[in-house]
Amino acid sequence: MSSIRLLSQRCSKSLFNRKSFSGLRVLQARQSSQYFPIDDNVFGLNEDQQQLRQTVFNFFQKELAPKAAEIDKTNNFPELREFWKKLGSLGTLGITASSKYGGSDGSYLDHCIIMEEMSRAAGGIALSYGAHSNLCVNQINRNGTEEQKEKYLPKLCSGEHMGALAMSEPGAGSDVVSMKLRADKKGDYYTLNGNKFWITNGPDAETLVVYAKTNPNAAKPQHGVTAFIVEKGMEGFSTAQKLDKLGIRGSNTGELIFENCKVPAKNILGQENKGIYVLFSGLDLERLVLAAGPVGLMQASCDTAFEYVHQRKQFGQPIGEFQLVQAKIADMFTSLSVSRSYLYSVARACDNGKVSRRDCASVILFCAEQATKVALDAIQCLGGNGYINDYPTGRYLRDAKLYEIGAGTSEVRRLVIGRSLNELYK
Amino acid sequence: MARVLVGVKRVIDYAVKIRVKPDKSGVVTEGVKHSMNPFDEIAVEEAVRMKEKKLATEVIAVSCGPTQAQETLRTALAMGVDKAIHVEVTGKDLDTLQPIHVSKILAKLAQDEKADLVIVGKQAIDDDCNQTAQMTAALLDWPQGTFASKIEKGDGILTIVREIDGGLETVKVKTPAVLSADLRLNEPRYATLPNIMKAKKKPLKKLTPKDLGVEIKAHQEVVSVEDPPVRQAGSIVPDVDTLAAKLKEGGFA
Repeated sequence: MSSIRLLSQRCSKSLFNRKSFSGLRVLQARQSSQYFPIDDNVFGLNEDQQQLRQTVFNFFQKELAPKAAEIDKTNNFPELREFWKKLGSLGTLGITASSKYGGSDGSYLDHCIIMEEMSRAAGGIALSYGAHSNLCVNQINRNGTEEQKEKYLPKLCSGEHMGALAMSEPGAGSDVVSMKLRADKKGDYYTLNGNKFWITNGPDAETLVVYAKTNPNAAKPQHGVTAFIVEKGMEGFSTAQKLDKLGIRGSNTGELIFENCKVPAKNILGQENKGIYVLFSGLDLERLVLAAGPVGLMQASCDTAFEYVHQRKQFGQPIGEFQLVQAKIADMFTSLSVSRSYLYSVARACDNGKVSRRDCASVILFCAEQATKVALDAIQCLGGNGYINDYPTGRYLRDAKLYEIGAGTSEVRRLVIGRSLNELYK
Repeated sequence: MARVLVGVKRVIDYAVKIRVKPDKSGVVTEGVKHSMNPFDEIAVEEAVRMKEKKLATEVIAVSCGPTQAQETLRTALAMGVDKAIHVEVTGKDLDTLQPIHVSKILAKLAQDEKADLVIVGKQAIDDDCNQTAQMTAALLDWPQGTFASKIEKGDGILTIVREIDGGLETVKVKTPAVLSADLRLNEPRYATLPNIMKAKKKPLKKLTPKDLGVEIKAHQEVVSVEDPPVRQAGSIVPDVDTLAAKLKEGGFA
């Protein structure tokens, strides 16, 4: 009870920079788009979920969307940590975590809705959110001991701390099991040596879930991986340069360096040499929640493009009424709707305890590739203006492309699905 | 300690581009995004803050409208209101519904619920009537503090700072009273997710205007609704004398 009070008190005290409306009608120019409405009835959202969407939509459109262009341009979000605390007070950072540790006891569908609306506002920051809330917080919530959850979750849920997850290395991407980061046991602690690469939130995170090889000589290499919780400030842990990316800019991605980094044995997440189960089961849910990213980007593409083609007139009429443009916007709408339907269906299945590896891989495979196409279509709808960086469509494309790569490339996803289908017929 | 009744209205969202219906009978509302009237959000926020400061014991939100008005009430519940009352108005009655009817409903509810304070937004952004607070106060024979930009509670007395054309006016009203919230009264909170989930369990009562003895009788008829005229081009004048002459011609000087 008191924690809820605290949350709403925190809310009223925090400095929301709401654009005030002069007089009675809002005169602010909201980027270059109105919003293309989402018919939540088609997607089967109940009243609570619809209200959730409304709430987070309002919040992200006011507090994040106006800054998206600048964040993308400068690859920097100066108010990141303040924004993180606002996210915390809303209850979004620990959406699937237990309220016992400051989480919101929400579902994966709730998580997808939040991720979708944040991605619609600013794709880059949304990925940082996804990495924090699912890759880090959810993993600790699912696999942590009571002590670990009590130690790490509260600050991660409140926004005071940022979270990250590190599995990829310069030499281990798709072949993640071939990772070389070593963790050598030394009594009641381990020393970690090696590095990690492409780590979202790497430069900023206070709490990181790190996968390392505790047994490089295991008969099966996957049985030598252990997951650890590493804290910024632990001896031997440092971060290197922030990467300058094509898209998802503003979400700090970097290299992590471990030089005889001392991590206590009690920081093992799950069990020694059983880290692979933590990793792969987490990957399914990661793919589910991150799939909401491209759905949000597709929604943003439709928001911008549909408005534009009905405003832009050529040959005496809005271009949206020419057949070839009608065909394009129809396809964009259909791709968006199909993606969203599949996403929500898989989310509901996961919420019912039925996590399907095949469908989680499939949903992100589909949504990511659709998002790139839809973003390209959006640029085309805007014509010459789509090619100018004053308009957001270029950013949508650059942000969308990431989702065909991160959380398992499209190629790996296809292999996973194919093999899973083969299994059915063995 | 006060029992506070807050009136909230479901209106077309402020960011939506308004389109007039081709038959000129009104504006397009079908499939259009609606939300709580922004001034009502400020009213709800003020009431919830009073409760947090222990100046109020219970906050009750009221909305008159179709079934969808319950969404607006749920937002109020998620912001911290204790219970909600939905006065269902549909069909022909909904087209006829005017501030006079809403005021009669609020006045009756204020008496039934033994409210000490009624707070509403100063006006709704769809009709801009700015009448409900004033009429409700008159019907209850209670003092009013409208366009409130600051509310301070004393002993059986409220000190209100009102934003008026000339500047700021400070008035003292005895409770029970009716207040209307202006823009700078406060900055409404976003409902937190835990609160949205808690709102589900809060009571929402449904009534009809008939239950409250109010008849939705038409006092006026909407003849036509049109877009504002398109701005005409101006003209550049060579000097001040010509300008003065033009102004006189146009009857403006």
